[in-house]
Amino acid sequence: MNQLRTWFLAPARLLTFGFFLAPLAIVVLYSFLTRGTYGGQGAPFTLENYTRLADPLYLEILVKSFWIAILSTAICLVMGFPLALFIARSGPQWRGTWINLVMLPFWTNFLVRTYAWMFLLRDTGLINTAFQGLGLISQPLPLLYNDGAVILGLVYGYLPFMVLPIFSTLERQDPFLLEAAADLGATPWQTLWRVTVPMAKPGILAGSVLVFIPCLGAYLTPDLMGGGKSIMIGNVVQQQFTSSRDWPFGAALSLVLTALVMVLLWFIMRRGGKELI
Amino acid sequence: MKNRWLAAYAAFAYLFLHVPLLVLTVFSFNASRFTHWEGFSLKWYAVLLEDHRLIEAALNSILIAVAATALATVIGTIAAYGIWKRSAPVLEGSLYTGLVTPEIVTGVSLLALFQGLFHYFNFRLGLHTVILAHVTFSIAYVVIVIQARLKTMDKSLEEAAMDLGATEFGAFRKVTLPVLMPGVIAAALLAFTISFDDYVITSLVSGVDTETLPMVIYTMARKGVSPAVNAMSALIVIGVGALIVAAEKLQQQHT
Repeated sequence: MNQLRTWFLAPARLLTFGFFLAPLAIVVLYSFLTRGTYGGQGAPFTLENYTRLADPLYLEILVKSFWIAILSTAICLVMGFPLALFIARSGPQWRGTWINLVMLPFWTNFLVRTYAWMFLLRDTGLINTAFQGLGLISQPLPLLYNDGAVILGLVYGYLPFMVLPIFSTLERQDPFLLEAAADLGATPWQTLWRVTVPMAKPGILAGSVLVFIPCLGAYLTPDLMGGGKSIMIGNVVQQQFTSSRDWPFGAALSLVLTALVMVLLWFIMRRGGKELI
Repeated sequence: MKNRWLAAYAAFAYLFLHVPLLVLTVFSFNASRFTHWEGFSLKWYAVLLEDHRLIEAALNSILIAVAATALATVIGTIAAYGIWKRSAPVLEGSLYTGLVTPEIVTGVSLLALFQGLFHYFNFRLGLHTVILAHVTFSIAYVVIVIQARLKTMDKSLEEAAMDLGATEFGAFRKVTLPVLMPGVIAAALLAFTISFDDYVITSLVSGVDTETLPMVIYTMARKGVSPAVNAMSALIVIGVGALIVAAEKLQQQHT
């Protein structure tokens, strides 16, 4: 009975251990090594890579990454909830279409989507060209390469992750509850805040986790839409492994970033895990 | 009244989601290389056809995505089945950890592994390392999709088949796999999109000679606007859209 199961699990085990866990173990090892003179890494063992993180420069980037991720998640929630509500309240024959329309940009390439915004926002982009053509502005507006552009890119990228789980909790909601609330004298706003929103909590929580995690570890969006000025932790990790060639410090940074995500997730699962499932 | 506000908001949200890609597509047909409209033209698509770098990158991306999808779908499906038979907490835990680990961290750790291996074995970064990375990170997505499908599956069906003389593998192939098929298609589609989409991990493990489509778009996006990228992007949007519609049709036939 179990022989087939062992064979079936073997390839997944081999790949996961060999190309996910083993590489992570190497990163853990590197994070305690000293950087060599010409890049590379070796003895002696040290904790210096971790103590360097207390440098205000890196702390600032860490705090900023959190802020950008929190803001992006909040905006996704504010934009995603009403959209999910609209889809859940539309007729059953339309729901599939509305959901597919949310998913369509998500299915197309992330780089194409980021590039689409750069095409709109850059100095010679469509918005600036159009405004200049209309004579509204003489100098191009600095729309790209700032924190706002990064947040816009993240919100655009991850909004579907917020809409889907909220929609699936709202869809299961019994419509008679809304009628009952109305019969008991609640205004539509009161019903929304005191019946619909509390019942959608598991979806809100799941959506927020799904958006926050990739935002915190974002690399591509801050790199392209922030243009090097708006740096997040992911960019510092990449720099250490490429241009700076300080792998031990990059390794320590990667582990701190991963640990932050894990601790946060564990905390949320413990507090709201039952609702998530 | 309130529903009308909600509908108005939804219209705005859908515009936000779709206008950027629509504008990009429209301007891929612009005769000018600048951002004002000068008339309809297909010249950027012609430029595209002569751009060997873009074509090679596109072929690489398709090759990688097809290989990684085939491998990850098979490996992930049988792994989900194995976990369904009896739980495998370590494997499951590692798969979920992989899902929430920031991509950049997965990428640099793979780079560290491959660089470490270079000291002992004679091989280089290239298509094979990219495919290996893609298969590894796609398995978790496949497992999740298949697990959702298996939840609705009755375990006694297989037992009945085996009572009637089917082998263990026969029961899997003839009874469980057909039920899982819509899930397998959905999983393959997801794996394909994720592989075709990936830039962060790919750019770290591809080495100097191998370029994928997202890598070319990245370089061009940094350098500035070339309408050829708009044309390429429009083709991706249309191609992926067609793939989704086809898959949806296929899935409707199966269920």
